[in-house]
Amino acid sequence: MTILEAILLTIVTASTPLLIAALGELVTERSGVLNLGVEGMMAMGAACSFAAAVTFDSTLLGVAAGIVAGALMSALFALVVLGFAANQVGSGLALTIFGLGLSGLIGAPFVGARRDPVPPIDVPILSDIPYIGRLFFEQDLFVYASFALTIIIAVYLMRTRSGLTLRSIGENHTSANALGLPVLKVRFLAILFGGACAGLAGAYLALVYTRFWSPGMTAGRGWIALALVVFAAWRPGWLLIGAYIFGAATVLQLHAQAAQFGLPSQVLSAVPYVATIVALLLLSIRHGRAIGAPGSLGSPFVPDR
Amino acid sequence: MFSRKLFGALAGVTVAALSATGALAQAKDKIKVGFIYVGPVGDHGWSYQHDQGRQAIEKAFPGKVTTTFVESVPEADSERAIEQLARTGHDLIFTTSFGFMEPTLKVAKKYPNIKFEHATGFKRAPNLSTYAAKFHEGRYIIGQIAGKMTKSNTIGYVGAFPIPEVIAGINAFYLGAQSVNPNVKIKIVFANTWYDPAKEGDAAKALLDQGVDMLAQHTDSPAPIQAAEARGKFGFGQASDMERFAPKAQLTAIVDNWNDYYVARAKAVLDGTWKSEDTWGGINAHMVVMSPYKNMPDDVKKLAQDTEAAIKAGTLNPFKCPVVGQDGKEIECKGNGALSDEQVLGMNFYVKGIEDKIPQ
Repeated sequence: MTILEAILLTIVTASTPLLIAALGELVTERSGVLNLGVEGMMAMGAACSFAAAVTFDSTLLGVAAGIVAGALMSALFALVVLGFAANQVGSGLALTIFGLGLSGLIGAPFVGARRDPVPPIDVPILSDIPYIGRLFFEQDLFVYASFALTIIIAVYLMRTRSGLTLRSIGENHTSANALGLPVLKVRFLAILFGGACAGLAGAYLALVYTRFWSPGMTAGRGWIALALVVFAAWRPGWLLIGAYIFGAATVLQLHAQAAQFGLPSQVLSAVPYVATIVALLLLSIRHGRAIGAPGSLGSPFVPDR
Repeated sequence: MFSRKLFGALAGVTVAALSATGALAQAKDKIKVGFIYVGPVGDHGWSYQHDQGRQAIEKAFPGKVTTTFVESVPEADSERAIEQLARTGHDLIFTTSFGFMEPTLKVAKKYPNIKFEHATGFKRAPNLSTYAAKFHEGRYIIGQIAGKMTKSNTIGYVGAFPIPEVIAGINAFYLGAQSVNPNVKIKIVFANTWYDPAKEGDAAKALLDQGVDMLAQHTDSPAPIQAAEARGKFGFGQASDMERFAPKAQLTAIVDNWNDYYVARAKAVLDGTWKSEDTWGGINAHMVVMSPYKNMPDDVKKLAQDTEAAIKAGTLNPFKCPVVGQDGKEIECKGNGALSDEQVLGMNFYVKGIEDKIPQ
C-alpha cells in the first residue's frame, strides 16, 4: 500500500459518517424541518449499536439497533415539533443534550468493551483497478451504503413525484396544504429518515471507525453534518463533495504535521472550517442570493383551525 | 414533599456547619468526601482514574467515609457544582481538572472550614492544596522502550495541544529514546483535542502511514493505541491500562494512580492533621505507575525495569543537566543537577534532535 492510498483510505473512513448523517438531515430539511438534534441522535446510534453488537455479538444487529435508536429519537422530536408545533431550534437543541446524556447511560455498562474490525467487502474485478480499486471497492458495507444513499436520495428528490411533493412541502407548507398534500405525514417520515441516518452514522463511528464506546465520542460530528447541509446548498451531489472535502482537510492536516511541513497545527485544524466558509461565500456569489434554503425551513406548520 | 426535602437539606447544612466550626482541626469519626470530574467516569482515562481513587477511599475507611461525585462538569460551570458539594456537608472536596482552579479558589475562600484539593493547578490557600503527578518520568521509560524496539528508527507521538505539560512529555519521551538510540527520529502530531476518539485515531494512522512503528500518546482515548494494534505496530497506554483495547500492541501504560494520595488525604482529615500543601509526586510517590511490561524482548524489559528503579531511587532524572535545546545551546540548569520543577512545568522548547517546530 502506497502512502497515497493509505491517506485516501483514511479520508474515506473520516468522510463516511459525516456524509451519512448529513444526507438524512438534508432530506429532513428539504421537507421544511430543521432538526438540530443530529449530534444527540448520532450519539444514541453509537451507544445502542455498540451495546447491541456486543450483547448479541453481531455487527448486523448492532447496525439495526443504531438505526432504530436514531429513528426513535427523531420520532420524539417529531412528536414535539409536528404534534405540538413547538419551536424547532429549541427542540432540536434539547434533543442533542438529551441524546448525549441518555447515550452515556445506555453505554455505561459497555465502556471498555471492544469489537473486532468489520471485515471489508471485496467487490471482485473492480477492486483490482489500480489506485481507485482498493479505495472504493474493498471497503466496508457502510461506505457502499453511503454512496448508494447519495444516489438514491438525489434521484428521489429530483426525479420522483414523491420527492417533488416533499420539496414543495419544504418550500411552502401553506400552499402545499391548500393543494391537499399531507404536510405532517411527509414531514414525519422525513424526520424519521433523518434520525435513522444519524443513527447509522453513529453505528459507523462505534463499530467501524473507533470500535469502542465512550461517552461523547461523536465529538461534534453531528454539528459538522448540519453545516455540510448548508455548505451543499441542500443538494445531495454537493453534499458528497463537501463531506469528502471536510474529511480530506481533517486527515491531510494530520499528515502535514507528521511530515513536518512546519505549519502551525492550530491553523491546520481550522482548515476544514475555513473551507466551509469559503465554499459558502463562493456559492452565494454565484447565485447572488441566499442559496437553496427551503422556504419553510424551521417554521412550524399549524393546520387550519 | 418538596418542602420536607428542602427542610431536610437546610437541617443538614446547619448541622454540617455547626460540626465544622466545632471540630476545627480535630479528629472526626465520619466525613463526606466530594469529587468534581471534568469528563465522564466512563472515559477510561483521566476521570476514570480519579474515580478509582474515590473508590479506594470508600474501601479504605468502610463506614467512616461516604463519597459523592459529579461527572462531566464543564469548566465554565464548575463553581456551581463545587459550591453545591460545599453546601451539602462535604468535609473534603477534590476538583480534578486544571480549569477548575479559579472556581475552586473562590469557593474555598467562602467555606474556610472545608478542605479543598485541586489537581494540576498552582493556586493554594490555607484550606486549598494542590497536587499533580510527574508523568514525564513514565514517558522517559516508554521512550527508552520505543528507542530500543523501533525497526523503522522513527517513533511517533500523538499530542493533545502544544502546552508545557505535553511538550515536557514529548521531550522526556524523546530523551529516553535518544539515550538508547542516538539517531532515532520522532514525528509529532497534535490532534488539538483531549478527547475525540475518531480524530485521535486518524492522527495515529497518519503517523503510522508515515513510517512510525512506536506510538506514544498524550490524548485520552484508546483510539491511537488501537490503531497501532490494527497495523501490527506498538504503542503505550495513557492514563489507564489500555491492554484490553490493544492486547498485542501495548508495551506498557503510564497509569495515573491517585489512590494512595486520596486515601492519605482522607485519612489526614479524619485524623485532623490535614495541611495545605503542594504535592508533585512521580514514580517514587506511586502516583505514576507503569503497567506490566509486555510484548517485548527480555533485555528491553530489563532495561525498562532498571530505569524505573533508578527513577524511583532518585538516581535518574529525565531532565538531568545538560539538557540541550534545538539550537544546540544548553538550557540553563536552575535545579539541583537537573532542570527545576518550574522549568519543567513551563517547558516551551523541544530538545536537540527533534526536527519539528512547536506550533505557535
